[in-house]
Amino acid sequence: MKALSQRRRHPLAAVALLLMGLLITGGLYMAAGSVNEAKAATGYSASDIQEGNKLFVANCATCHGMNAEGSADGPSLIGVGAAAVDFQVGTGRMPMQMQGPQAQAKPVQFDDAQISQLAAYVSSLGAGPSIPSEDMLDTSQGNAAAGGTVFRVNCAMCHNAAAAGGALTRGKFAPSLAEVSEKHIYEAMVTGPQNMPVFNDSNVTAEEKRDVITFLKEIEAQGSPGGAKLGSLGPVSEGLFIWTAGLGIIIAFTIWLTSRPS
Amino acid sequence: MGDHSHGSPDDSGTVAKAGAGDLDKFQDPGLPPHRKRLADTDPHAEKRAERQVALLFIISIIGTLSFFIAYFVLGRPEDISEIRLQNAMLGLGTTFAMLGIGIGIVHWAKTLMPDHEISELRHEIRPEADRQDAEQIINQVVEEMGIARRPLIRNTLIGAIALAPIPAIFMFRDLDRSGKNAGAMVEQLRHTMWDTNVRLTRDPSGTPIKAADVQLGSVFHVIPEGLNDLEDPLNEKAKAVVLLMRLDPALMHVSEERKDWHHDGIVAYSKICTHVGCPVALYEQQTHHLLCPCHQSTFDLTQECKVIFGPAGRPLPQLPITVDSDGFLVAQSDFHEPVGPSYWERGSN
Amino acid sequence: MSTTTEYTPKTSTGRIANFVDSRVGGSAMVKEFGRKIFPDHWSFMFGEVALYTFVLLLISGTFLTFFFDPSMTHVIYDGSYNPLKGIGMSAAMSSTMDISFDVRGGLFMRQVHHWSALLFVASVSVHMLRVFFTGAFRKPRELNWVVGGLLLIMAMAAGFTGYSLPDDLLSGNGLRIIDGVIKSIPLVGTYISLFLFGGEFPGTVVIARLYSLHIMIVPAIILLLVAVHLFMVVVHKHTQYPGPGRTNDNVVGFPVGPVYAAKAGGFFFIVFGIVALISGLFTINPIWNYGPYDPSPVSAGTQPDWYIGFVDGALRLMPGTLGNFSLDWNIPLPWGDNSLVLNVLLPALVPAGIMFTIMFTWPWIERWVTKDEREHHLLDRPRNAPFRTGMGVAGVVSYCVMWAAASSDLIATHFHVSLNDVTYWLRALFFIGPIVGFIVARRIALSLQRKDREIVLHGRETGVIQMSPEGTFTERHEPLDPYKLHQLVNYEDRQYIPAQPDAAGHISADEKRRGALSRFFFEDRVAPVTPSELAAQHAAHGHGPAEIEDSSTESIEK
Repeated sequence: MKALSQRRRHPLAAVALLLMGLLITGGLYMAAGSVNEAKAATGYSASDIQEGNKLFVANCATCHGMNAEGSADGPSLIGVGAAAVDFQVGTGRMPMQMQGPQAQAKPVQFDDAQISQLAAYVSSLGAGPSIPSEDMLDTSQGNAAAGGTVFRVNCAMCHNAAAAGGALTRGKFAPSLAEVSEKHIYEAMVTGPQNMPVFNDSNVTAEEKRDVITFLKEIEAQGSPGGAKLGSLGPVSEGLFIWTAGLGIIIAFTIWLTSRPS
Repeated sequence: MGDHSHGSPDDSGTVAKAGAGDLDKFQDPGLPPHRKRLADTDPHAEKRAERQVALLFIISIIGTLSFFIAYFVLGRPEDISEIRLQNAMLGLGTTFAMLGIGIGIVHWAKTLMPDHEISELRHEIRPEADRQDAEQIINQVVEEMGIARRPLIRNTLIGAIALAPIPAIFMFRDLDRSGKNAGAMVEQLRHTMWDTNVRLTRDPSGTPIKAADVQLGSVFHVIPEGLNDLEDPLNEKAKAVVLLMRLDPALMHVSEERKDWHHDGIVAYSKICTHVGCPVALYEQQTHHLLCPCHQSTFDLTQECKVIFGPAGRPLPQLPITVDSDGFLVAQSDFHEPVGPSYWERGSN
Repeated sequence: MSTTTEYTPKTSTGRIANFVDSRVGGSAMVKEFGRKIFPDHWSFMFGEVALYTFVLLLISGTFLTFFFDPSMTHVIYDGSYNPLKGIGMSAAMSSTMDISFDVRGGLFMRQVHHWSALLFVASVSVHMLRVFFTGAFRKPRELNWVVGGLLLIMAMAAGFTGYSLPDDLLSGNGLRIIDGVIKSIPLVGTYISLFLFGGEFPGTVVIARLYSLHIMIVPAIILLLVAVHLFMVVVHKHTQYPGPGRTNDNVVGFPVGPVYAAKAGGFFFIVFGIVALISGLFTINPIWNYGPYDPSPVSAGTQPDWYIGFVDGALRLMPGTLGNFSLDWNIPLPWGDNSLVLNVLLPALVPAGIMFTIMFTWPWIERWVTKDEREHHLLDRPRNAPFRTGMGVAGVVSYCVMWAAASSDLIATHFHVSLNDVTYWLRALFFIGPIVGFIVARRIALSLQRKDREIVLHGRETGVIQMSPEGTFTERHEPLDPYKLHQLVNYEDRQYIPAQPDAAGHISADEKRRGALSRFFFEDRVAPVTPSELAAQHAAHGHGPAEIEDSSTESIEK
């Protein structure tokens, strides 16, 4: 302790303290984020629908109404289709923890069977987009370059050209697409969750959607050729990096260079 | 300035002198005594420093060699992860090569070269004698030229020199390669490819869009039909790109003169921001807001794209649309106002 | 040029040196520079960082020119990067992709070039901040300050022209913004835009034009300015921090040969090594993510490189309408309407204009207010010039507010706040921040001066508690050694100089303004301790805090 109290007067003590604080903050920040995946079955039985109805009444009806007709707190779910349920519940967005600018991904609340039952119930209320088949998600059949073009025109303005996410108005945002499953990407496109527009098959065809997914999975798998990508946030993170790390190292060297050796 | 009657007694241009109040000032104790380094007194420390410097230079040599290894052994990588590895190894090789030399030299200078600080006197930047000599020379030059005595020569020379660079400015007129005259150049900013019965097609495929394809909540990125066939499509595309959305007609506040511009709630607006021209591509389907990702101008689709936030000063121009006999969406006409950022000649339409 | 006794060198190095010397007169140069003294301080190194990164830019840039094709001709990409294979793009983009993926080490060179560019402008900026806060711009160095300011502008110009060259989506949208800004200039803006782009935006020539600016004109101007800058450094000799033995008449430090040359030379390799480390491990401007430029797509988080960020931020902060009045204003004129695009024109020109005007004229403003015509070779510690430190911090704050505004969307997403609220807060900060910054920084500087006075008058706190025979506890204070003491008392004591009447006894309006500014800057000040004060303090020993008000004996006007 004595050594510590002496060294706290050292000119570098403030720098060390600052660095420590930054490291702790950064570490806490990084200890966050887990994405869950869920698989869904197709073809619903009457019992699925019945079980789904029970789950719905117990977990969803408060906001969406007893018959999914919607209320002041949540939209009607008639005609949103199984894909919407599979996306919203399968990514943990629903049930919502609290009302906010937008529903956010969080740990999934139901198991696969329950999600499937809920989807069965909601899809029985009215026709809507169904959960995509494996074939529509098969990235080995897709064309990454064509998908990239479609992605840049239709998606990059909100989700960022490297799919790192971006801001919308008043606290809403477009999330990062890293580690989102093929199925959920597809379902998001066909259902348009929250403020995301709908991209039906006449706008972006099923093949083009598969291309987009292929593109996303390819850039995710290949990694960044130039080294650490600094969040893929573009010039802001690059500028921040050169002003903190870059100039920091330079200043450390200048201090060493002009100091007197013992 | 030049008014020193009240100021300190010393002249301008000289260094600070002792004033009246300076009598009560601490004396400069001079440079602190020189402190010897370990390497100055201890031959072992000196030897150690020498070895450290040599070691650093050897690290540099190893760094350079590892650069070659990365360059030749990894060859021409095809795979992205190999490119990353090669880039990192080239970088680290260079880092060691350079830091080895740099740190080595500095360490050498710090530990083994003399570290006595030396004091050197500053010199006057402009000695008065020099100034007088220079003044004399200049006076002589001016006198021998006789420019002061011959105003005719002087004035015509000034005129000639003032005029001579002006052609150079005009040389730049043909930076504009369109060959149009000034009026036509500016006029082209008012028009886009859109015209009566030009079909709205998807960007980038160029396939036409049926009204029935556009469902509530969706957004189509649209280019005029035939754009992809142009020789230089980007110039026209930079003005003609359009966003196509369908709204519940009950939500729309349509002004009288625009009541025929939409088709059953399907509206088309210019995608080019009226602020500085970024694509206003972000459509929030629940709030019906359009947001520009560059400077966050926000437009309310239900109020004919009025600006509700951000730096844009004008609503996005609306493209009047209808459907043709095949059910495809077509433009009724060009935009009724110039698209994109404002410019001096724009005026109110 | 004949010498009476012919000198014959003994070694081969000597023969070469003698050959050169006897033809160009190198001896005089060695005599002049060989033992020239340079003071040593870490904060003096940023100019060198700037110079060395510029050298790196020239080296890496030359390499890149061998492979880059500055043409906007449409080509189909057929290189190694699969997600863009078969996509149409300009030859500029395609050749940049080839540099990145099909030229060995090309990606590394690109990253060295771009990281060096960011570091170049950053080190120029930090260097200028150092010069400002230490008062190194004062007579006789005002002109070199101006040259430094021009270098900063040219560095930004070099960066901007280079940023656009790959013709990718990010830089293309950047150019589009520039086009919009240029078009907002009254009368001539439209034509400047049409001439720059060779017709309508984006045209097919702008990349080639920016390329010739980027690789010829701009670096040539920078080189010229660097030469002028260094020439003036030699003429003036370097400034130094005040300290024992360091006066306004001398310069204390290490001679060029060998210590300073070794340190400065070695530092080049260190800077190169650091840039190489960053370039090897961290990606920059990954154009393969952005894709080729097309006027329709755009990426979230579209921002310029950091040094243009403050202009982009100003553009974001400016509201487009005030109430119902659109700042995109149609002025009714006799021949019809013209558009005055105030919502673009004001933020693009006014903040940068004010900043650079104050920056360039500050040496003269300060000289005028302080009526100080002397030469200054001793620097101020920033605390000993509270008014200047306050002004500098105000400038830094206003710059940083605009800078932060350029990343308002990233602030919103990363701190989970509303994008709109970020903008509202920054708008408020833009006006309040610099004022608060000035007041706080000046007060901190004054407090630090008071602390220095305390230390001089009472000695250094030792942390040793002693008990007197009466039982009272006191901390032992040790008197300072004369060297440390000198450092704390030897500073420029600037004082309020009221408006002075001229010879006719009249006080001009200009002089009144000067007086008011002088009062604003110097009314609150902390005078350095005098020997008599210290003696009085010792005599009184430990009776209350030292008097720190202005003592009338040392004011300039009698």
